[in-house]
Amino acid sequence: MIEFLNMGGYGAYVWSAYGIGFVVLLANVRSARAYYRKQLARAIARRQDSNT
Amino acid sequence: MRIWLPLQRLVSARYFFEFSSRILPWLGWVTLLILLTGLGWGLFYAPTDYQQGESYRIIFIHVPSAWMSMFAYMVMAGCSAIFLIWRIRIMDLFATSTAPIGASFTLIALATGSLWGRPMWGTYWVWDARLTSELILLFLYFGVMALRAAIDEPRRQGRAVALLTLLGVVNIPVIHFSVEWWNTLHQPASITKAAAPSIHLSMLIPLLLMALGFTLLYLYMALQRTQGAIIEQEIDSTWLQERLSNNTIETEGGTGK
Amino acid sequence: MKTRHRRLLFITAGVLALTGATLLVLNAFRSNLVFFHTPTEVAEGTAPLEQLIRIGGMVEENSVEKTSESLHVSFRVTDFDHSITVTYDGVLPDLFREGQGVVAEGRLRDSVFVADRVLAKHDENYMPPEVAAMKLDEKAQNTPKKYYK
Repeated sequence: MIEFLNMGGYGAYVWSAYGIGFVVLLANVRSARAYYRKQLARAIARRQDSNT
Repeated sequence: MRIWLPLQRLVSARYFFEFSSRILPWLGWVTLLILLTGLGWGLFYAPTDYQQGESYRIIFIHVPSAWMSMFAYMVMAGCSAIFLIWRIRIMDLFATSTAPIGASFTLIALATGSLWGRPMWGTYWVWDARLTSELILLFLYFGVMALRAAIDEPRRQGRAVALLTLLGVVNIPVIHFSVEWWNTLHQPASITKAAAPSIHLSMLIPLLLMALGFTLLYLYMALQRTQGAIIEQEIDSTWLQERLSNNTIETEGGTGK
Repeated sequence: MKTRHRRLLFITAGVLALTGATLLVLNAFRSNLVFFHTPTEVAEGTAPLEQLIRIGGMVEENSVEKTSESLHVSFRVTDFDHSITVTYDGVLPDLFREGQGVVAEGRLRDSVFVADRVLAKHDENYMPPEVAAMKLDEKAQNTPKKYYK
């Protein structure tokens, strides 16, 4: 396990590369979903306004 | 022109929205599955490289991101061209959704390449033609996003952004051929159409899996953003309000992490 | 923030980004488009020898000499027509080895290239060690052509 994490001495480079990739992509997935939900909530609020 | 009918439907905001709603949950899970398989294969199963040791495992992130950075730009440019010629609004929305995702892939490609370069080349960064043109791509994405945010009037906004996107497309062949046209520190492509790949099959499979996973992830995120944009624009349209009152819209917004 | 201010901010950001991109292009075209010169260009005098330059080529087999106490190292860089002796004081990158590509940055002094920086150039091949051993003969024939065009 330690050996795997060490990556033949390149652990710091390999894991920071994978870390950056993961963080940036996760932030993307989240922001796409947040945008969708925000617009959906806005549309629902609009419908309730027009009903009352 | 009957054969055009399905296409015409798809480019209408309403059908695009419904089509996306149907495929997004599936797409999410398939993407996750492929990405996890690719990651596991690349990190655990793929053999060590004969020259670079374990550090080469960075390419499983780096190369697919670099491909996606260019692919996303080409999609954006294609959408912009269609939008400028036929004024199909959904194309403008899809291009808008693509820009931040493409910028992210470019950023990942640059950062991971740098982390590979430090131990292997002996430097984080050099101003060679490949690295410089990829950095310009990042600035192009930023420029496109900034220009869109700067113009409020929707008609002018779409047109101006589409034009800028099309101007920037010259950079794509420059990135691709930079390693052939000029002396660069960056190595030439390992996978080309002309010759057999100079990467061993045991490393090629996880690389292609990651590339497929990134492509699907891009589609997933771009479709969801486009859906958001459709709601934003069509907020008062009858079909959307009807769907809302029937409560048929996926409120969770799909699957995934 | 007012819409007007926001617009101004974004226009400024857009202009800055585009200016930055253009400057980078110009900078790249001025001196760095050719990232390195070959030993042949140095021998024929077509490389700008009066300034700091980079030379690139293959590290000649059996040419690397290291002194055990210090980081001083000397080796020959070749493009198979001409070769130059390079001296360097510093840590070599991990991919530096005989028979592989290298780029050295520095100046030519009395026909010896004194490098301030040595970068290793990777080829486009990725394979496990066993396969590499099998392909060794084939590779020796292919690699030189790809480095020097």
